[in-house]
Amino acid sequence: MSKSQTMFDKIWNQHVITGEPGEPQLMYVDLHLVHEVTSPQAFEGLRQQHRRVRRPDKTFATMDHNVPTEDIFNVKDVIAKKQMATLQTNAEEFGVTLASVGTEDQGIIHVIGPQLGLTQPGKIIVCGDSHTSTHGAFGAIAFGIGTSEVEHVFATQTIWQQKPKTMGIHVHGDLKAGVSAKDIIMALISQSGFDGFTGYAIEFYGNVIDDMSMANRMTLSNMVIEGGAKMGQMKPDQTTFDYIAGRKYAPKDMTAAMKYWSQFYTDDPSAFDKTLDFDVSKLAPYVSFGTNPGMSVPVDGQLPEPKDDNDRKAYDYVGLKPGSSPKDIPLGYAFFGSCTNGRLEDLEAAAEILKGQHIANGLTALVVPGSMAIKAEAERRGLDQIFKDAGCQWRMPGCSACLGMNPDLVPAGVHCASTSNRNFEGRQGSGSITHLASPQMVAAAAIHGHFIDIRKEAI
Amino acid sequence: MEKFTQHIGKPAVIHRNNIDTDQLIPKQFLKNILRTGYGISLFYDWRYDQNGKPNPDFILNQPAYQDATILITGSNFGSGSSREHAAWALIDFGFKAVIAESFGPIFYMNATKNGLLPIQLPKDQIAILATATSQDQIKIDLIQQTVAFKDHVFSFNFEEMYRYKFINGLDDIAITMTHEAEITDFEAKLPDFAAPMPGDMAKSAIIETSK
Ligand code: SF4
Repeated sequence: MSKSQTMFDKIWNQHVITGEPGEPQLMYVDLHLVHEVTSPQAFEGLRQQHRRVRRPDKTFATMDHNVPTEDIFNVKDVIAKKQMATLQTNAEEFGVTLASVGTEDQGIIHVIGPQLGLTQPGKIIVCGDSHTSTHGAFGAIAFGIGTSEVEHVFATQTIWQQKPKTMGIHVHGDLKAGVSAKDIIMALISQSGFDGFTGYAIEFYGNVIDDMSMANRMTLSNMVIEGGAKMGQMKPDQTTFDYIAGRKYAPKDMTAAMKYWSQFYTDDPSAFDKTLDFDVSKLAPYVSFGTNPGMSVPVDGQLPEPKDDNDRKAYDYVGLKPGSSPKDIPLGYAFFGSCTNGRLEDLEAAAEILKGQHIANGLTALVVPGSMAIKAEAERRGLDQIFKDAGCQWRMPGCSACLGMNPDLVPAGVHCASTSNRNFEGRQGSGSITHLASPQMVAAAAIHGHFIDIRKEAI
Repeated sequence: MEKFTQHIGKPAVIHRNNIDTDQLIPKQFLKNILRTGYGISLFYDWRYDQNGKPNPDFILNQPAYQDATILITGSNFGSGSSREHAAWALIDFGFKAVIAESFGPIFYMNATKNGLLPIQLPKDQIAILATATSQDQIKIDLIQQTVAFKDHVFSFNFEEMYRYKFINGLDDIAITMTHEAEITDFEAKLPDFAAPMPGDMAKSAIIETSK
């Protein structure tokens, strides 16, 4: 009998063009996603060497990082403007499809890939962006690459990769109301350490995953990179197929596609190099307190004693004390959005809590849908009005305050409750202090001006 | 890419763990569309104060370290985002190699793509190298795969294919295109229900003929 295989092995083996196991192998890339920040130097390199984009029909670009969300059509920052104009020119010159600023398909690259049906099971998907792991939620091998690799994929439609080890994370138990996918991944990262997944491709499985929506699965896959893993997958199932069916670039013959996709599953957990068991039954909502996503605690817990100089430096930066509670963090800002939690379901979860409420005095709250389509649908459902009535600003789609590369900056010294994925020093603006949490938790925190335990306390 | 066989250079020690790409090069510098000019912004938030004035205490601002070429650092170096600017900034400053206990995986790749040699050594050996001052030199030999400092010689591993590229100064795309026939064969075998995808093949062909 042949050895049992993981889903990852099956997809991987199917894509090897040349090279031996254990060494870098040349892999075929089925989908190459592109944004304005990591592509200009790659296009520049092609032009210098008189190379072309080998498969523009497998390449899709958008603008997200630099986009001003207050008025998407009015880019004041000259460098941002130049970077966006450069992508426009490059896309035209090389024949790459571009969802340009303000067009109906535009949005955060990791939101629109799935939304347009480009993201599909069994594919190898790359993008010059570490959160490409998001697309693994569809049962694809998806990972972030650097700009030289972007250039390489443009020119060859392939990438050299060394096969990582695999880790199966069995997520099971009974997920309580108020606890979400975001809390699962934050808890996993904080328990395994900021680089606890390094060198592994993760597969999540178990009853909790089976019951999860695609939006929540994407939140899990999105953040594996924060634990050091480049890729995080789930088995494609009916939920996956139903999500894809009918989308703009979905296969015309869904029956054949589903039959093909159904071959991608892990034979049995013994095929993983390592497994981890995670029972969610007692899981509390998580809040990050430090300067990497591993520095997170349950909302009803305490900030731990620093273990080393790195921890002490983080405490200095965030200005919080060991032993204090996440409920004591004085918030001045709340951010709803990003490729982690900027999807319709996330906005709905936040709106449900904010409905009929008002955010705390003096607090600024931005709501930034992940794409133009999400914005339109949210408005059709009246979510924008709920947010505005609660005192939040309703914005145009983009990466926004997930990273301070556009005008949406959290001021220095201000604590921000954020649905994004990274809380590095200065990530949301120089001197800003980020506290990651789920959309529900950030919504409740915005109302109170500090975090609360949404399982127990009245909102 | 320049050939890399042997390098003797001055070390700069920043012995911290988890130096992420936001610290190496903050995002306000990512808007450039070129590959060079990032060296003065390397470690920006540590190197300059709020008003953009250099912090004289920071090692890379000290005159003695302006010609440093080997960075000695802790674990999980270059974690965080995929920005290749982190490698470009280190190279633009003048670094030829980074010696760390471990690396963020994407940064490691980016370094190898750009001719910046990432060397992984165990904690105790890093601790020894971390005692280096601006008076010292470190010798890296990529043929022997060794790092020599004072009377210590440490061996390191570097994947054979990367080593070949470093030693010969080769570009990845050129290497890959020696496999073009296999790539084309592979494309012909792709499942035929594949989704209709966007993109303009005609335009890309024009680029090629303009060669
Ligand atoms: S939303 Fe944030 S994490 Fe996602 S792609 Fe944009 S900047 Fe990166």
